[in-house]
Amino acid sequence: MSRPIVSDFRLLAAAGILSLFGVAMVYSAGQTDTPTAVATLYKSQILWLLIGMGFAYAVGHSSVRFIEWMTTPLYALSIFLLGLTLVIGKGAGTAASTKSWLAIGSHRIGQPSEIAKVTVVLMLAKVLASQRETPKSLLDLWKPALVVGIPWAIIMLQPDLGTGIVFIGIFFAMLFWAGVAWPLLILIASPAISLVLSFSVGLWGMWFFLLLALVLWYRPYLIEGIVLMVLNVATGVVAPMMWEKLAPYQQNRLKVFIDPSADPRASGYHVIQSKVAIGSGGFFGKGFTLGTQKRLAFLPEQHTDFIFSVVGEELGFLGVTIALALFLWLFLRITKIAERANDSYSSLVAFGLMSSWFVHVLVNVGMTLNLMPITGIPLPFFSYGGSFLLASWLAVGILMRISGEGRGSALSLRR
Amino acid sequence: MSSMALAIGFVLLVGAFFKTQVIQYKQYVMQSEENRLRPIPLPAPRGIIYDRHGEVIAENLPAYSVSITAPSVDSLRSALAQLGPTLQLGQNDINNAIRRYRRAPTRPTVILPDATIDIVSVLEEHRLDFPRLIIQSVPKRYYPDGPVVASFVGYTGEITESDLNDPKYASYKPGQQIGKAGLEKQYEPILHGKEGVRFDEVDARGRPVRGEGPRPDLNPEGAPPLYTNIDLDLQKFTVGLFADSLQGGAVAIDPNTGEVLALYSAPSWDPNKFTGGIPVEYYKQLLEDKRRPLVNKAIQGTYPPGSTFKLATSIIGLEEGVVGVNDHMPVPCTGGYQFGNRYFRCWEKKGHGSLSLEGAIKHSCDVYFYQLGLKIGLAKFIAGGIQLTMRDKSGIDLPEETQARWPYAIDYYNKKYGPRGWSNAETLNLAIGQGANSQTVVNMAKLYSAFAAKGMAPRPEIAHLVPQRKQVFTLTSIQDSVVLEGLKAVLEAGGTAGASAIQGLTLAGKTGTAQNTGGDDHGWFVGFAPADKPKIVVAVLLEFGLHGSRAAHIASAIIGHYLKVGPIKAVMDEG
Repeated sequence: MSRPIVSDFRLLAAAGILSLFGVAMVYSAGQTDTPTAVATLYKSQILWLLIGMGFAYAVGHSSVRFIEWMTTPLYALSIFLLGLTLVIGKGAGTAASTKSWLAIGSHRIGQPSEIAKVTVVLMLAKVLASQRETPKSLLDLWKPALVVGIPWAIIMLQPDLGTGIVFIGIFFAMLFWAGVAWPLLILIASPAISLVLSFSVGLWGMWFFLLLALVLWYRPYLIEGIVLMVLNVATGVVAPMMWEKLAPYQQNRLKVFIDPSADPRASGYHVIQSKVAIGSGGFFGKGFTLGTQKRLAFLPEQHTDFIFSVVGEELGFLGVTIALALFLWLFLRITKIAERANDSYSSLVAFGLMSSWFVHVLVNVGMTLNLMPITGIPLPFFSYGGSFLLASWLAVGILMRISGEGRGSALSLRR
Repeated sequence: MSSMALAIGFVLLVGAFFKTQVIQYKQYVMQSEENRLRPIPLPAPRGIIYDRHGEVIAENLPAYSVSITAPSVDSLRSALAQLGPTLQLGQNDINNAIRRYRRAPTRPTVILPDATIDIVSVLEEHRLDFPRLIIQSVPKRYYPDGPVVASFVGYTGEITESDLNDPKYASYKPGQQIGKAGLEKQYEPILHGKEGVRFDEVDARGRPVRGEGPRPDLNPEGAPPLYTNIDLDLQKFTVGLFADSLQGGAVAIDPNTGEVLALYSAPSWDPNKFTGGIPVEYYKQLLEDKRRPLVNKAIQGTYPPGSTFKLATSIIGLEEGVVGVNDHMPVPCTGGYQFGNRYFRCWEKKGHGSLSLEGAIKHSCDVYFYQLGLKIGLAKFIAGGIQLTMRDKSGIDLPEETQARWPYAIDYYNKKYGPRGWSNAETLNLAIGQGANSQTVVNMAKLYSAFAAKGMAPRPEIAHLVPQRKQVFTLTSIQDSVVLEGLKAVLEAGGTAGASAIQGLTLAGKTGTAQNTGGDDHGWFVGFAPADKPKIVVAVLLEFGLHGSRAAHIASAIIGHYLKVGPIKAVMDEG
């Protein structure tokens, strides 16, 4: 391990600035007229950030091969911890009814699902990289599907809809990066799309014929084609029954996503107040720590799920644009790292980690404007929460390593 | 390709924020301001009511109101339960507060409209325990002379549920004070000031977080004063005449303009006790009082006018031309009059002999007026009474006035008794102020005002408005003077109210007795002075006063009191 330490300064800068921005917003989130426990949380967030950076430094000084070697045990460990939540899990915050936290007594230790977001990416990368040929049929995909499917099933049992969505996002993004043809991706997704469209017979019918055309054109194995069509019919019909099976709060969240004013005092209240906060921020915002929606407690979960609403209210459109530009900068940088990676495992890991964050940003930020349902997933580097910040900086460390081992010098990436 | 997808995703997000933060900015700023600013209404003082000389009839005193803001009914209930012992709240207060809250949950709910200084100081000490409590200095209605002015000024109170549903009160909010009766109600749109607003910054739970308003206050605008025609001195004098023992009503009017100088119903009640909620005990006491203080005997009570109505009979007869000024009736008075198979008595059993109109008025001879009524004929008599506004409200500017009772046509009797169920004897009853004839005191004052003003009936007005007069009859000067002489003679020696004459002042008037089947007869007197240039008309009704002489005493005292101050005022007007 006498390799020279090469640092991807741009990656570090993007992640670092986002984290400092995030800590500042957590601090602001605590500045309310009626002081709450949130007031001092920025201190623990700084502590978690420092610990996370320490992890990143350590990982950054290991090697990609070591990470790859650790992949299977880490994956197994995270599956075990996830399984444990079903037995002794606790809820917290907006997701009080779920069991996503590991706790000893009343003391919450962490959310294994946050760590699993990283280990699943590693494991999936390992499985996809080990396949000699690009998967061409559904049957070729049973392994990757299993890698994501097991933790996904556990998470849906907790139940944590938001994290489940992230896993599906990671799955599709990495298959895409692995070179799986897009018709196949659509075929995989088709039962889920049928599920969503089943609420409108006309839409579902149109989708079904499009799918049929796709199947006839792409010509998968006959048995696969038949299974897919049967599955689509099944989900299209089963969906209404599934709806009944959803927990009332999940039903509410979906309903409120469609029409927030339907329930303005309960779930819809969050979204309405979030939009009011963001909209009233205007172009320049109300000023750091001065957001009235936040200060007077109209904005719920202002330090976790709705921290981006604080950005919108206090720093305005300008602050929002800067924050989103930082994210875009980070993601583009990681995409380049993935492109230049030494091997397919590294490349898939980089792209998987990026896509995981991208889904988070898209869903969380979209939620604050009611463009996405309230799924309670955090905003990377911003939302208060130890496990996620730790996992995120772990990912930064891995990315630093991959970048450092990438083809050519890291300087050559700087174009 | 994936970079492009990322970029597109972010551009779409930024676009969504641009729409929300830049394009829809105004809408969301308004919503956020609505969230954090709670308007606290600042009640405006009602207009002060003055008498004709600038004396105060109704004014505003500083009082304290205690109100609270609450996010829900349950929260209000628990707050009230906590505050109950300190505020000495009864179940009634609590129910009222909850009712007010339900009606306007976003407005501070009034708990105590008029808190004592003791309660206020205790609450100020515990201010931090009840952050949602609002203690405000508010104007409270006060009538310095209380019961003296109650009969016309009315009272104020909290607006009721049913009032709030009335389109007339569309702009009103629960907990506000409105005029409930009398002038306060009649002139509510004028007397009601414009409420101001103070803005408090509140958090999501409705708790105020900033003491001083984040937005400047809108100050309440007091209403302009209401100037009335009432002569408070005369009003007090009138009240003194009734003292505690007499019950009835009195109205004093300037016949030339209709200005109401005094209006009183005895016994009275204290409007100050009504302000801010009528105490149950006091209200019960008023309701159970057999003298019915809550019925206004000057404008609401209707009584058969008795002989005071003979002025109307005389005017109709003269206008119709069925009687000359010197004519005597065919049958002289021998103490009664035979009509068909019925014998109609004159009040004077000994009889009056044969009289002309003047003598008949002076002696109030029933037999003369029976025959005059028959000469006029029922149809024309009814029409004449309607012409003299005997079937109308006087039009006084008080909301409670009762319409006088008088037949609308002969058809009235057909409908009531059947076409053959009645006889022309009804004409005889009407002619002497009995039968289907029931008048308010104020309407009789209007009739005599019309006579005093040569047929121009003025609308009685308490507020100082432009006088409204209407010609209701026309007599020749000879006819007029004959009737006037008769009315003067009533107050001369031998007249029915001779004992009420005043040295150095010519009075004119008429006594009356209203038959009361339930008990003692009511006594009437309506008159005016100076007889030749009338400046004041007074109508007095004494319930169970037996006959008019007692009422005449009161009326002549009122007239005398007023005319003594009259010349002084005249000098002032000229100077």
